[in-house]
Amino acid sequence: MSRPVADQNAFAREAMQYAPQLYSTALRMTHNAQDAEDLVQETYLRAYRAFAGFEEGTNLRAWLFRIMTNAYINMYRKKQRQVKEEEYGEIEDLFLYRRLRWFDTDAVADSAESEMLALFPEDAVRDALDELPEEYRVPVLLADVQGFSYKEIAEMLDIKMGTVMSRLHRGRTRLQLALYDHAKARGIVRESSDNLETP
Amino acid sequence: MADCNETLAEIWRFFDDQLSDAARADIESHLGECTDCLQAFDFYAELKTVVAKSVRDDTIPESLRIKIFECFGDVLAEDDDPELTSGS
Repeated sequence: MSRPVADQNAFAREAMQYAPQLYSTALRMTHNAQDAEDLVQETYLRAYRAFAGFEEGTNLRAWLFRIMTNAYINMYRKKQRQVKEEEYGEIEDLFLYRRLRWFDTDAVADSAESEMLALFPEDAVRDALDELPEEYRVPVLLADVQGFSYKEIAEMLDIKMGTVMSRLHRGRTRLQLALYDHAKARGIVRESSDNLETP
Repeated sequence: MADCNETLAEIWRFFDDQLSDAARADIESHLGECTDCLQAFDFYAELKTVVAKSVRDDTIPESLRIKIFECFGDVLAEDDDPELTSGS
């Protein structure tokens, strides 16, 4: 049974405000502007169709992201080889901090946002994110960019909370490694700081 | 009170709001006294901000905005036409 059109209009208006968040996440999921547009369009199509089943009091933003991650998995996820962790080995939690704090104390000691941006400009961060394997990239986007909880991410991706935590951990440590490599490639970090022992 | 290793081991659960009130208070009191650990926490707090800002964008292409409105119109039309809905 459909609800009155007035309700649907209000729902559509409210849902529309999340389009920029969905689109910027879709861009990092698909790496392609056209695919990102298609994905967001598909998300809204599914959301409008599911409107009758939307329960009052549900978090609309989380609901839309859940629809989008499902659509993404259906539409774009290609058969991927499993990520082999041993190729990277274990990366410590504080990888980046431990490597940066010794050589460039100005940049790190007063890690004001402008200093951090000088070290890691937006395009470098986006490149580093894009290089993450999808199974790590998506949880990092949902947690660190969109601020969803482990529980919400577990529901969106249909995985256990423990799996969310371990993928986030691996995603975040590998992101640090990628950021470090980018900083090195741009000559901001010297190679020699690689060999510093951690205290 | 938590020592440095214990504090640094909880850094992500701290940011992710996964600690009990007691554990959180314990970490906070350590950070109040230990500039080394505070510096590490500040570093990752800033990094998190920089990561979030690199992705966030407040705009969408006009073409997408139009497509979303069209979707809405299509779905309203489906609702009005039972044959279309059952046929799809």
